[in-house]
Amino acid sequence: MELTPEEQSILGGGRGEAARRALQYQIEVGRFWGAKRFVPVTNVHMMGDIEVMGDAGLEFLKSELKQSARCIVPTTTNARCMDFAHCERMGQDAGEAVKEKEIIATLRRMDVVTTDTCINYQTVYQPHLGEHVAWGDTGTVIYANSVFGARSNFEAGPAALAAALTGRTPEYGFHLDEHRKGTFAVQLKARLDDLADWGAVGKLVGESHQNYYAVPVFHGYRRAPAADELKHLGAALASYGSMGMFHFVGVTPEAPSTLPNEKMVVSDADLELVYRNYKLGDGDARLVVFSGPQQSLFEMKNLSSLFQNREIKNGTTCIVTTNSAILQQSRDLGYAKILEDAGVTILEGVCFYILQNLSPMRVANRWTNMVSNSAKIVNIIGAHRFNTILRRTADCVEIACSGVLK
Amino acid sequence: MQRGPEVNIKVHRAFGPVVEGEAVVSEEGFSPRYDLDRWTGVITKPGHKLEGTSIVDKICFFPTAKGGIAAGWAFYDIKWKKIAPKAFIFGVTNPVMVQGAVFAGIPITEGWDPHPREVVKSGDWVRVDPARKLVEVLKRGKRR
Repeated sequence: MELTPEEQSILGGGRGEAARRALQYQIEVGRFWGAKRFVPVTNVHMMGDIEVMGDAGLEFLKSELKQSARCIVPTTTNARCMDFAHCERMGQDAGEAVKEKEIIATLRRMDVVTTDTCINYQTVYQPHLGEHVAWGDTGTVIYANSVFGARSNFEAGPAALAAALTGRTPEYGFHLDEHRKGTFAVQLKARLDDLADWGAVGKLVGESHQNYYAVPVFHGYRRAPAADELKHLGAALASYGSMGMFHFVGVTPEAPSTLPNEKMVVSDADLELVYRNYKLGDGDARLVVFSGPQQSLFEMKNLSSLFQNREIKNGTTCIVTTNSAILQQSRDLGYAKILEDAGVTILEGVCFYILQNLSPMRVANRWTNMVSNSAKIVNIIGAHRFNTILRRTADCVEIACSGVLK
Repeated sequence: MQRGPEVNIKVHRAFGPVVEGEAVVSEEGFSPRYDLDRWTGVITKPGHKLEGTSIVDKICFFPTAKGGIAAGWAFYDIKWKKIAPKAFIFGVTNPVMVQGAVFAGIPITEGWDPHPREVVKSGDWVRVDPARKLVEVLKRGKRR
């Protein structure tokens, strides 16, 4: 890779050992992908919590701090694995909670802003067209590339942290024009009235085109989609297809005026088949989850109207996750109270998917199924041995209140 | 004495030192978060084509990578726990897998010619040589 004088100085230790190690690591990653140079970034979003990092990651972080690691661009954190107010009741380990607090303290001393959210693009920072960032959580990356026209690759925790320390990232993938072009067209003939439908589209399109560099171009939809709809679409595309970008004709800034040759269609019948194909296992309906991504204010509002004057069935657990800012507003607006009065557990700053101790939690509660309106979380939780079922938002609420899975 | 390679697979991109080990060949893609029990190194996702298979110390062939930023820390975590594979050989991968493998010092490659399905089976003994962008099948396994 070509290095600027500044980068050569970092590599020579001019900005300390942590920055030198970070740049050396970035060079290895850049070489793999054939990057010719680095590109400066203005914002970093990183994943780092004890569930994903383990003791090894914590030790690494502490050694970074000892080497005087400091972020040189604004850096925020993704959803984490514990809401300390709930962790005892959720059956999470006290020892791991201590480590989680240690991670948070260490990150703050490195000047990381611990926002603990996977919807930074809705609540924290909205990059502009062409802005280079280094974000992690795939849902944040696909939203940044597609909806804002910003430029980011999937940056895993260690890679995002390296970008925070050096202020740059290797120039490959979605930083380059050549990878941002649509590669196949998807005509949306379906009605798509619920967020789960948008996730189901992401599943259909992602599963059939698993490739980081596949870029679908959506077109033919009957109205303009809302931000939460694009959020569920993007999160599912990234999850099922490992995709980092999509276009939406008339909606996203870099959508092409001519469609790629390869074409597919998504109809209402396709979506009904998606829902029908989930196996209901033993019919267990005692776990309903609204998470992955965290809920926006409007999702909280919608849930509160669906749960108004309802009650979760005795023995059922219904979990909603969001970030601290949305939760505070939801409290002010009365949404949170309605949900809690119905028996919903609201967890702050976490995602259900990465909850510490999730497998033992499943066993202790004898959960076999997990029901959600998020196609993403339905896809990613399999290693914890849940049988997962995607249902529309109102159906999820009905399942939580009736205990009947259909 | 080691015999010469029976078959070579050319890979397009590669990182890491030379390693040798037993092959595990998957028809399905992989994520250490979606599919793997990160305490035993066994693939546990219900219905995964390798469900019940251990990847500890194996050289793993996967056609695709799945989702997940969290995978970036997972490789370092499983290496620390001594349940990591020796190498990942991907048909198509994504940045997270590469960032995670480089961080953990686990060899990783992308792209293959010919397709491993034609020339290597689970249980074969293979050598990965990233600098030469080569995977060599050294010895046929008993399961063939």
